[in-house]
Amino acid sequence: MINLELPKKFRAILNPAQQAAQHVFRPISRKYDRAEHAYPKELDSFVAAMEGMNSGDAANAAGAGTVKQQAKSEGISNGSNMRTVLGAEWLCWGDVGLLLTLPRNGLGNAALAAVANDEQLQRFNGKWAAMAITEPHCGSDSAAIKATARPDGDDYILNGEKIFITAGERADLIVVWASVDPSAGRAAIKSFVVEWGTPGMELIRLDHKLGIRASDTAHVVFKDCRVPKENLLGSAEVNTEKGFGGVMQTFDNTRPLVAAMALGVARAALERTRELLAEVESDYRSPVMNVSAAAAELYRMEAELEAARLLTIKSAWMADNRMPNTKEASMAKAKAGRVGNAITLRCVTLAGSLGYSEDELLEKWARDSKILDIFEGTQQIQQLVVARRVLELSSSELK
Amino acid sequence: MSNDPIGLALAGLRRLSGSTLIDRLRLRKPMDRVIQGGTAVGFRAASQTRKAFKPLLDLTRPARLKQGAGGDLFDLTLSEDQEMFRDAVRRVVNEQISPAAHAADTDNAVPAEILQQIHDLGIGLLSVPDEAGGAGSEAVQTTQVIIAEELSRGDMAIALAALAPLSVINTLVSWGSAAQQAKYLPVLTGETYCPATLAVTEPAALFDPHAPATTARRRDGGYVLNGEKSLVPLAESAELLLVLADVEDLGPRLFCIEQGSDGLTFRDEPSMGLRAASLGRLRLDDVKVDEEALIAADDFDLNAFVSRTRIAWSALSVGTCQAVLDYVSDYVKDRKAFGEPIAHRQAVAFMVANIAIELEGMRLMLWRAASRAEQGLDYQREAYLAHLQCSEYAMQIGTDGVQLLGGHGFITEHPVERWYRNLRAISVCSNGALI
Repeated sequence: MINLELPKKFRAILNPAQQAAQHVFRPISRKYDRAEHAYPKELDSFVAAMEGMNSGDAANAAGAGTVKQQAKSEGISNGSNMRTVLGAEWLCWGDVGLLLTLPRNGLGNAALAAVANDEQLQRFNGKWAAMAITEPHCGSDSAAIKATARPDGDDYILNGEKIFITAGERADLIVVWASVDPSAGRAAIKSFVVEWGTPGMELIRLDHKLGIRASDTAHVVFKDCRVPKENLLGSAEVNTEKGFGGVMQTFDNTRPLVAAMALGVARAALERTRELLAEVESDYRSPVMNVSAAAAELYRMEAELEAARLLTIKSAWMADNRMPNTKEASMAKAKAGRVGNAITLRCVTLAGSLGYSEDELLEKWARDSKILDIFEGTQQIQQLVVARRVLELSSSELK
Repeated sequence: MSNDPIGLALAGLRRLSGSTLIDRLRLRKPMDRVIQGGTAVGFRAASQTRKAFKPLLDLTRPARLKQGAGGDLFDLTLSEDQEMFRDAVRRVVNEQISPAAHAADTDNAVPAEILQQIHDLGIGLLSVPDEAGGAGSEAVQTTQVIIAEELSRGDMAIALAALAPLSVINTLVSWGSAAQQAKYLPVLTGETYCPATLAVTEPAALFDPHAPATTARRRDGGYVLNGEKSLVPLAESAELLLVLADVEDLGPRLFCIEQGSDGLTFRDEPSMGLRAASLGRLRLDDVKVDEEALIAADDFDLNAFVSRTRIAWSALSVGTCQAVLDYVSDYVKDRKAFGEPIAHRQAVAFMVANIAIELEGMRLMLWRAASRAEQGLDYQREAYLAHLQCSEYAMQIGTDGVQLLGGHGFITEHPVERWYRNLRAISVCSNGALI
């Protein structure tokens, strides 16, 4: 039955995220944009409160963090993927930088939730997990990573250099991508849980950034870093048939999440701009050519946001109902990433000097939104994923 | 731009050569008529004999559809009925409509048997309550949208010609009086396809359906209508036209105008596209109708009416854009340049990816607006935004469709140039389609 309204129960479920966005995130948003690299200590009590409310599951309470391995159910369901995406959208309406540094809700936690075994889930329960893929010489081409994990007795020995690790310093552990056999190509790339304090793991620096300054971005080096074999996520076997798919499948869950982040930032900007342009009509009546230029801009941005929002919800809905959603997740990420950025930038223009000054948050949102069209796969990578699926071409045909 | 001596000389030369050519061909008078445009010259009364509408039902009050249920879950799954309808339409599209589209565009008309075949699918019956002779009970906007998309995947102009009578049915079911329903619905849902249409758009730049220039003045217990409507599908063949006019003291309202009414004249209005829908200019010179021709003066909602035309036109755009995506996807994998299929190049593949992305966004916005309307929720915002998004991106998809075929896209051997011409209508026309 075609219905694109959210279930009524979601209103209550999303209320904590909404409240947190409004009363926790938004009031400290500018403070931690200015105090880059300072830890937002206000988040500790917030996450503790959420975990208390929801028996240790802040993600569910806040709607933010991880996406669960879904139990099979009868009929259509609107489940944790959709909730998580909508919760993240709300929290990012509050502040995307703060969401990215929410304790115990890192991207590494998403990877653990998606692929960790029961023993690992238990052992790393309550830990804050960051994710380390990118290296100085490679970003989108994650199969080209040079970090190695050499088996040695009951351990792997990690060597390599990782950059752009979101929450890399603040997290308790980092999920690190490394090759167990550099001659075997992408099939040999596995992910390993490395806890801070492991000898050979060193923080080189924290980066200074255009936006999301509340979130730390770490550069970490691993030098003969010894990790127990039980910290390998997924299968140890190098299977050239299945290959890269295992580590890549996390993206099907995390891309809608990043799309939702872009929706949240863009909605914040659009709502504030509408307030500042209160005298501009918005009754959805006259054709767009007959209204003022400012009204037309606002309508167009709202339409773009609505398209991105529905694409994002669709991709989460598919995940909730166990439909393969690689194409749709990338569609959502591509659309939300680019319109999120375009809307926040356009809002600055519409608000004029008010938009550009630090007196308003509009300029901040316009800086924050840029990264959302880059990480978890750039705009161009998403288009590549979509194009290969639509045209049914392999990665060797459409490079 | 300033007139320099060379420019003046060239302009004089053009005038001279132009006039001699025109005079030589004895075209001076017809040419003047074309230039005069909107005057009565060239307009004619419909040629066919007038159909005599008379009450065929015994209705004590208007028959309306109930709201749809909707359910409490976000869901994009088609119901079994919807799948059945879509598959039935798909067969007609693949076997009849797509193959006939090119010729219909050239002929400025849809073959009657195709319109009859679409009519035979029973979409009209599904949309009419059983007490008014139909087979429906609940609102069916999402089903109609899916059908309209599918028809338009075959051809937008043929889809429009098929949907125009359905749009009249929808309007009468929503707002028509018992007498209007008794008179028109049995004919429109009868065994034979009966052309009927909506006339909203007027020949004016920046036309706004909320402010039509066509007027309806009260006189002798009825109304007198004056004005002009443009791009009216099936203008001359329609037995019944629902015409939007500004009623003094009341604002814009619809009138049921029957073919053959005195003062009602037409001329062909061949346009950039939608040619198979036989677009026409409609002129009303002191057209007299009785009180009963006005559509439900009390509960008629112009915003809802306009929103529903926006939903219908959005559905037409989505279907055509799906045709573009399907066609170019095959083409770019087949066409080779520099030793390999052009689909292997990102510059080409990314255009296709973006067509797919924007099309999906358009479709979801369209579905949301339609499903809100079906459930009786407010849908003015959603219909407005869906139509806006479709207006912007349908044309982008249309122009990319031609671009991806290069020079081949520009010749009529391939359908993309027709889709390009048709898709421009989305942001221009409000006629003939309402869901």
